[in-house]
Amino acid sequence: MPDPSRIRANVVGDSTEVKVLMNHEMETGQRKDAQGKVIPAWFIQDVTATWNGKTVLSAQWGPAVAKNPFLSFKFKGGAKGDKVVITWVDNRGEKRTDEATIA
Amino acid sequence: MVWNSVETTRREALALASIFGFAALLAPKISFADEQTVAAEIKKLYADKKFDGGKIKLDVPEIAENGAVVPIGITSNIPKTESIAILVEKNPNMLAAVFDVPAGTDPSLSTRIKMGQSSNVYALVKADGKYFVASKEIKVTLGGCGG
Repeated sequence: MPDPSRIRANVVGDSTEVKVLMNHEMETGQRKDAQGKVIPAWFIQDVTATWNGKTVLSAQWGPAVAKNPFLSFKFKGGAKGDKVVITWVDNRGEKRTDEATIA
Repeated sequence: MVWNSVETTRREALALASIFGFAALLAPKISFADEQTVAAEIKKLYADKKFDGGKIKLDVPEIAENGAVVPIGITSNIPKTESIAILVEKNPNMLAAVFDVPAGTDPSLSTRIKMGQSSNVYALVKADGKYFVASKEIKVTLGGCGG
C-alpha cells in the first residue's frame, strides 16, 4: 500500500482551495541504475478529485510530473466539514484514495 | 544524458507540432507516446484548426535551479475553459500533464513538473471547443548555482 496523500482544503471566499501532496516515486523510465539497466517508468496516470460525489478536477499525468507530486486547485462551493476525496491510479494499476475535511 | 540521440527527430517533430499546434494532445484518448507519434497525430487531427493568442497566465520561474522540481502555475482567463495541458518542448515526453476542468472549478491550478533541460514550456487551454496556447522559457541550471 502506498503512503497516504497529504490533503489540505480550506474555504477561501466562496471557493474551496485544495492542496494535495501525493507520495509517489514518479520514475520517468529514462534513468539507469548502477548496472546500466533502465529503471522502468512508474508514475501516477490518473488523478481524480471529488467533492460531495461530484468530480471537481481530473487529470492525466505523464512521467514528467515531479516526484511526490504537488497539486493545487480551487473550486466554487464547499462548506466547512465537507469532504474532499483524492484518488490516484499509477501505471502499475496501484490505487490510493485519501480524503480530507474542508476547514 | 541519453537524450541526445533523439535530438534531430524531436526537432522535426516539434517543427511540425508548432505549425499544427498542440491541440491533438487534448484529444480524449491521450497517450504519452513519443514525439513523432504526437506530431503525426496533431497533423492528422488538427491541421485545419486555428489558434488565437489567449488570456493565459503562466506562472513559472525564469530560472529553475533544480530541473526535478519546477513549479508551474497556470491560470486561464478564457471563459468556458474545459481543459489545461502542460507541455515541455525538450522533455523526452513533451506532454507532462492534462487537467480536465469541470464547470465550477477555477481554471487555475499549480503543480510541479520535471524538466531535463532549459526549454519552452507551453500551456495549452481548450475553451469552448477552441484551443489557446501560451508559452514561456524556463532555464534549468543543473548545477543549481542559479546561473
